[in-house]
Amino acid sequence: MQLLRKVYRFGSTKHRFASDIKSTNRQKMNLFQAINNALDIELGANPKALLFGEDVKFGGVFRCSQGLNEKYGTDRVFNTPLCEQGIGAFGIGLASVGYTAIAEIQFGDYIFPAFDQIVNEAAKFRYRSGDQFNCGSLTIRSTWGAVGHGALYHSQSPEAYFAHTPGLKVVVPRDPIQAKGLLLASIRDKNPVIFFEPKALYRNAEDEVPLDDYELELSKAEVVQQGKHITLIGYGTQIRVLKEAAKLAEKDGVSCEIIDLQTIYPYDGQTLVDSVKKTGRCIISHEAPQTCGMGAELSAYIQERCFLHLEAPIKRVTGYDTPFPLVHEPIYLPDKFKIYEAIKQSVNY
Amino acid sequence: MKHFMRFSKISKAFKEVPSQYVYQINPIKNFEPIKQFRVIDLEGNLVAKEYNNIPKEILNQIFELMISIEEMDNLLYMSQRQGKISFYMTSFGETATTVGTTAALQPQDFIFPQYREQGSFMWRGFTIEQIVNQCIGNHLDGGKGRQMPVHYGSKDLNIVTVSSPLTTQVPQASGAGYGFRVNGENKIAATWFGEGAASEGDFHSAMNFAQTLKCQTLFLCRNNHYAISTPTDDQFRGDTIAGKAPAYGMRTLKIDGNDLLAVYNGVKYAREEIIKNKEPFFIEFITYRIGDHSTSDHSVLYRSQEEIDSWKSGNNPINRLGLFLKKQGLRQFNDDHDNQIRKDVRNRVIAALKHGSEQQSPSIQDLFTDVYDEVLPHLQEQYTELREHLTKYKDQYPINKFKGGL
Repeated sequence: MQLLRKVYRFGSTKHRFASDIKSTNRQKMNLFQAINNALDIELGANPKALLFGEDVKFGGVFRCSQGLNEKYGTDRVFNTPLCEQGIGAFGIGLASVGYTAIAEIQFGDYIFPAFDQIVNEAAKFRYRSGDQFNCGSLTIRSTWGAVGHGALYHSQSPEAYFAHTPGLKVVVPRDPIQAKGLLLASIRDKNPVIFFEPKALYRNAEDEVPLDDYELELSKAEVVQQGKHITLIGYGTQIRVLKEAAKLAEKDGVSCEIIDLQTIYPYDGQTLVDSVKKTGRCIISHEAPQTCGMGAELSAYIQERCFLHLEAPIKRVTGYDTPFPLVHEPIYLPDKFKIYEAIKQSVNY
Repeated sequence: MKHFMRFSKISKAFKEVPSQYVYQINPIKNFEPIKQFRVIDLEGNLVAKEYNNIPKEILNQIFELMISIEEMDNLLYMSQRQGKISFYMTSFGETATTVGTTAALQPQDFIFPQYREQGSFMWRGFTIEQIVNQCIGNHLDGGKGRQMPVHYGSKDLNIVTVSSPLTTQVPQASGAGYGFRVNGENKIAATWFGEGAASEGDFHSAMNFAQTLKCQTLFLCRNNHYAISTPTDDQFRGDTIAGKAPAYGMRTLKIDGNDLLAVYNGVKYAREEIIKNKEPFFIEFITYRIGDHSTSDHSVLYRSQEEIDSWKSGNNPINRLGLFLKKQGLRQFNDDHDNQIRKDVRNRVIAALKHGSEQQSPSIQDLFTDVYDEVLPHLQEQYTELREHLTKYKDQYPINKFKGGL
């Protein structure tokens, strides 16, 4: 069956990896500034793009929409009432009649009132209508992950709920350059995308971000560090932790290959399989609870295809099967020591 | 980086306004229920003469469509009992609302239906064949056989595909209506839902968003007194659904839903107001579900035949419109002519059922298409796996039922 050819958007460049971007026209930005830049570019290029959610108008509680209401006006950048199920549905309705709806859900922990709209409506809109209708121009941006003091309701990583829903795409960037390119790709993708932004990185992650309009390919994982002995898979904030763990392992002479999944669903299984066939060992790590997390899915997928190449069981280093705690956060999180320990056990299996 | 203007803040500085205070506890206890707008009475006599303004041709087309739908619904209900289709929902007693409303809207207006709006679909031109093919789920179905019967949709007719979860379409219509407003379009988003569906949280979100954000959205609540077996007494208190709308700041009308002229005039008025004021409008139609909820329902288990008959003969939209047309001389009533209309519809439904049942289902590939805009690699893999399995076990599956086979 033939895949349809992608239509290239005038004015934007598409890349697989950020390292492919040759532009020297860059500026130091943190994550929220990179997101802001992406939104500014889309609102500027696409008169049918609209940005909305709680507190979006004054700039957003994380400053992602700073200045955009002043620049584009209240018809296009606006506050909604405090109602996530409404935000989701409103976005679906806008997208179904041809608008580019960029809906913000302030915390991933509060996305659940919109779960019915996202899972039963957005994900199935095209399929159930026989492709007469779709809400492909809907993107839901939400914040994600541990922040140090967020506890149960400001720290969740809900990606697995949505990865279990055919018709959706789920994306988590690891740094400002990826975030800008992946967000623009997500907005322009012709399917509803949930884009989770690691809140811990809004201020802490900085990079020289190209000022151009560029997109990074969805459903492509990136090998952020080459290695020989073991494959470490993660996404979002966890990539930093994997890098730290890899440094510890390096002192023992273990060379780790680190892969950023980037698009959680549909994920790039080929890159994962190629790597594990090379190394023979694999660890998957995420903050979200262990049972039925992405680690479970990727373990199953990889062992189906790499069984005879595996030298040790695939190990998941994840949050525990508890709600996200407050004072216990430092021992809850899958930190570099837990990953390092898992690396040692795998290598010594 | 550009210089950004200072974010302009709306002042909520405290100001003393003496008139906003009272000095005794006097809670709001009762309120006057909103009255139903009516143009013709139960015997089809004009009681609001200034609304006798609908062109004769349109009235006759509406009348003929209403009786056609009655025939079609009868036959398709029976065809489910005979096993020809798996499920069906009739609209007996409610077609003045759906046909009248859609006739009063413009073709470019988007409709977000619930599931009992064959009147809306067919007024715009959805054919008996399209209905039957969707109910059967053959390869001619515009929905590619993906959904249960009555889940119609039509891009050409600007009617968004029906989905089973209740009320989800209502806040979507708020979103669409917002888009129409900010783009200056002469279009509204009209959405249907029942009085039961109005209990869902999505109803509240939709109303609040629509009025607060000024959406070109028309809310159409069809209060037919039952949500499956649940009567309105178990569904809500207060002044039906219309009573809630003013609390959102929304313009509201309650209309006698079995009065075609009231429906048409009310909707026409509402649409003009929406375009003029760039604000939503709410209409509740009071009507009655003469038939069962669906072919899976047996309504005499929870209501009396006398109750049903009291509406069927006492307040029937087809009878009221027919009597009005007769008394006003707007239609030559001829038993042969009307019987012929009904007979033609029956024959057409029967032919459509026969033709439809002879068609194949959509192709095996169509299990995997339209999940995304393209068939992504993991779905290609799963399709290949399925093909291999079906090839190996081909005698165990009805392969030739699917268009293109294996």
